[in-house]
Amino acid sequence: MATHLLRRRVSQILSQAIPCPTSPLSVGRAFSSATAPIRATLFPGDGIGPEIAESVKQVFRGAEVPIEWEEHYVGDQIDPRTQSFLTWESLESVRKNRVGLKGPMATPIGKGHRSLNLTLRKELNLYANVRPCYSLPGYKTRYDDVNLITIRENTEGEYSGLEHQVVRGVVESLKIITRQASLRVAEYAFHYAKTHGRERVSAIHKANIMQKTDGLFLKCCREVAEKYPEITYEEVVIDNCCMMLVKNPALFDVLVMPNLYGDIISDLCAGLIGGLGLTPSCNIGEGGIALAEAVHGSAPDIAGKVNLQIYL
Amino acid sequence: MFQGQMARRSIPILKQLFTSPSSHLTPTRSVTYMPRPGDGAPRPVTLIPGDAIGPLVTGAVEQVMQAMHAPVYFERYEVHGDMKRVPQEVIDSIKKNKVCLKGGLATPMGGGVSSLNVQLRKELDLYASLVNCFNLPGLPTRHENVDIVVIRENTEGEYSGLEHEVVPGVVESLKVITKFCSERIAKYAFEYAYLNNRKKVTAVHKANIMKLADGLFLESCREVATKYPGIKYNEIIVDNCCMQLVSKPEQFDVMVTPNLYGNLVANTAAGIAGGTGVMPGGNVGADHAVFEQGASAGNVGNEKLVAQKTANPVALLLSSAMMLRHLQFPSFADRLETAVKRVILDGKYRTKDLGGTSTTQEVVDAVIAALD
Repeated sequence: MATHLLRRRVSQILSQAIPCPTSPLSVGRAFSSATAPIRATLFPGDGIGPEIAESVKQVFRGAEVPIEWEEHYVGDQIDPRTQSFLTWESLESVRKNRVGLKGPMATPIGKGHRSLNLTLRKELNLYANVRPCYSLPGYKTRYDDVNLITIRENTEGEYSGLEHQVVRGVVESLKIITRQASLRVAEYAFHYAKTHGRERVSAIHKANIMQKTDGLFLKCCREVAEKYPEITYEEVVIDNCCMMLVKNPALFDVLVMPNLYGDIISDLCAGLIGGLGLTPSCNIGEGGIALAEAVHGSAPDIAGKVNLQIYL
Repeated sequence: MFQGQMARRSIPILKQLFTSPSSHLTPTRSVTYMPRPGDGAPRPVTLIPGDAIGPLVTGAVEQVMQAMHAPVYFERYEVHGDMKRVPQEVIDSIKKNKVCLKGGLATPMGGGVSSLNVQLRKELDLYASLVNCFNLPGLPTRHENVDIVVIRENTEGEYSGLEHEVVPGVVESLKVITKFCSERIAKYAFEYAYLNNRKKVTAVHKANIMKLADGLFLESCREVATKYPGIKYNEIIVDNCCMQLVSKPEQFDVMVTPNLYGNLVANTAAGIAGGTGVMPGGNVGADHAVFEQGASAGNVGNEKLVAQKTANPVALLLSSAMMLRHLQFPSFADRLETAVKRVILDGKYRTKDLGGTSTTQEVVDAVIAALD
């Protein structure tokens, strides 16, 4: 499923004139007249990553998808240019190719540098995380009618990482919301809704308590909503949203939210359809960069016996 | 042949006797509760009807209390969500009575008025919020075997209300975690588990990202856990927790969380067990207790619910049963709870959020009729 998103992005890059194809076959046909294969960056990652990456390559070869993979591995030394194990070349490759597929990367704990996922996010300015959640026919869970997309702001909010100890026993953590980032993710959400024929966008917030921060987020969403009058816009408080999601997930269509709520809600939705092994995800960056990824971890304990669904 | 006819005629009667739905809901008393002389004197309880559906459901509680002749009388105070502060007389009344029953107070969105629910909790230092989410027999839900108690820190965390605009277009909100508050909520959670014979306490956090803040919370929980070796303790990250709640909720028992995660987890747990219309809960501090609908106290329903009078009183009725136990009237609490459970099991009188078509008054009448 992540590569389904990837194929859409790839076709967009190839020719803006051709509308988004909805089936893999039509993608194949559209490409058959292309001159050169698309280059995409592949980060196999750690743990179960390399096996999964191998399987993805096999499937793509079998389906004759014209993608040429540029593999990059995480180094074992800190690259001073990026302050992490990811090398400058890897990042440049993603910036150049503008599409990528990332396997799970384990951040070594306690080494005192920032996590690999965080590095990718900050360096490539991946501002929106898109996670479609569809009930898979054939895999029965308690919820059969899930069909929603969660779009989460990926750069700021509660995950700014700005914490400090005021005095012993008192810690403050900053949650930052900016107009620029909120507008950006709201724009992407409505654009996504429009191009994929979605009818409703719901902004999830807790503005009754956090009035200025979530209030600013909501104001930005409202501004963008005015530019898309054909899409219904609503605002839902997060506690109501959680309850409605577990009672009746069919009530929601596209959800747009700040960072922390997005994290929790997108994992909740993944749980509704059957777990992290079945959920694809794509990070969208400035300038049209798309990095599709697996949402699960590297699971070193099960390297060797792995669920491939989410990559396909 | 006559005997055969007798046998055939008695079969339906026998069937009814053996499969009577409310038979297993009759409370049986084994050892009696011995009160002190004078415990039967009526106790005053502050009542805040609240906004929108609030007056409807608190009215339901008043009716049921009267029908039971429960030894409580209510001192009613009008508070509405758009007031700037909770009036001082209400706070004084709660401080005098020590117990309060309240409907929801709606906070106007982004309107510069801070939530009165939160204000009340902070003023009275009601630092623990408790929501009990359990499957009600007779109410079909997607998940079985749910019996979760969410204990949530109620005063600090993300709800500190400390926000400011740094420059135009950039807003900061402070999340404050202190050792003092984390320790006392952890102590309350373990004490609750100990007193109620619960086997496991799970701490919910996001310490992989918010290392210092949630790290401090976890440290406090771990320290308190060592003092209760008979109770199992584990930790779970909040996004994983939500995912597990929707797939395998039976693994959770008591959950202790900081403020914001507690709100989400409580609402999710309430949703999987039947909805916020039926889950009881309350806020408790060292000196006072305020009982209200379990999760989502700020959700006071929309105008349609008020106009059609179809709000669900079950949550507040079960919360008032909790209140009766808190006031040490266990027999009244048991009777009320049994009556409510009987009504839900029968399934004839259910409000719209449970899939039925009754009004609030019909449910109340059914509960009063089911009281024994």
